Amino acid sequence: MSARFIVGDRVRVRQAYPPGHVRTPYYVRGKEGVVSRMIAEHPNPEERAYGRDGLPPVPVYRVLFRQNDLWQDYQGPEGDTTELDIQEHWLGPLEEDGG
Amino acid sequence: MRRHHDMGGLDAGPVDPAEHDYTPWEKRVDAIVRLLAGKERRLITLDEHRRAMEDLGPGAYDELSYYERWISAITNILIEKGVISVEELGGKMEAVKARWQEARE
Amino acid sequence: MSETHSHDDDWPYPHPQQPDIEDGPLTELMIMIDAVAELLIDKEVFSADDMRRTLEAIDSKSPAEGARMVAHAWLDPDFKARMLEDVNAAAEEMSIDAGTIPILAVENTKDIHNVIVCTLCSCYPKYLLGLPPDWYKSRAYRSRLVREPRAVLKEFGTEIPDDVEVRVHDSTAELRYMILPMRPKGTEDMDEEALAGLVTRDCMIGVTVIDRD
Repeated sequence: MSARFIVGDRVRVRQAYPPGHVRTPYYVRGKEGVVSRMIAEHPNPEERAYGRDGLPPVPVYRVLFRQNDLWQDYQGPEGDTTELDIQEHWLGPLEEDGG
Repeated sequence: MRRHHDMGGLDAGPVDPAEHDYTPWEKRVDAIVRLLAGKERRLITLDEHRRAMEDLGPGAYDELSYYERWISAITNILIEKGVISVEELGGKMEAVKARWQEARE
Repeated sequence: MSETHSHDDDWPYPHPQQPDIEDGPLTELMIMIDAVAELLIDKEVFSADDMRRTLEAIDSKSPAEGARMVAHAWLDPDFKARMLEDVNAAAEEMSIDAGTIPILAVENTKDIHNVIVCTLCSCYPKYLLGLPPDWYKSRAYRSRLVREPRAVLKEFGTEIPDDVEVRVHDSTAELRYMILPMRPKGTEDMDEEALAGLVTRDCMIGVTVIDRD
């Protein structure tokens, strides 16, 4: 798959709040993480949700976030993380300025 | 900005560990979704199902149970797609109810 | 008005007279479910037989097959590697049907404890492990696990040491997740069947561990 990111890339989730069927949760918008795994290309659920075919397929990445980067008041140890699957168009390289 | 189903990170009380056995009706809803979404028919997609549940709105979470949300969402999609009509569904619901009541008398 | 159910004899739904159905009230929910199913069968979208077979498939799934895979992985490092690469394909090796939705197994180690959730709805590897427990689908679990996993785990009686990373997996896309728990100590003499007996649904979700040192 021709993908924009590779494992190890530092990425930031776009800080955008569009309506519609979005599978990028609110709690990671605008947050910084690391690509931990390439999943696959998949027809875009945001389009399929409305009966369209969602093509061309969108690359999906597993992105690892430090809990301390996600939550200001995280109670647990420094090493704790959350990992989720995010579509390519929701990610930007860290140099970019969010949204 | 945050939609009602997008609840990761919100405050909530303790997790209630109680479990119930799935009732035949609940399994039936699951079966309907599997049959409609399965590769033999592809009448609906997982994404359409999820979206339809999200579109039920905040009231649905507060008022409807899990499987009530499922069947409401599925019914809406089927009506949207013209697989069933509101009239047909209404008529069938009356018939089902009447049959039950007859059987109980 | 007469009911034109010529398929009464193979109708998959229990009739109201069946004694195993509680003599409770007929709810709107039940009416809607029966009505939708009957309409779809009337319209030949699927058959009563399709419905019956699907219900049987639902009933046939429990955590037991996941437990068998975990036990096999504990005993066979090559199988474990294949399971971590592709659960569905590895399941087929054991004649287990894990369905077509891809499942990813994440491995607990002495350094990382994994736990799964779906914050956006309630995705779960049900084609392998069976239907999820109510709490997994609850607002409290979906909201709190990503933000305070250790507090939630504690409610399940599980405390993970501070030097072990707790990693929460949120199933946001198509992939479903399951945990490959660590094999407990003191099980060296157990065979695969006995080992499978140790593996619970909750430890494959990640809210419990079988034991820790």
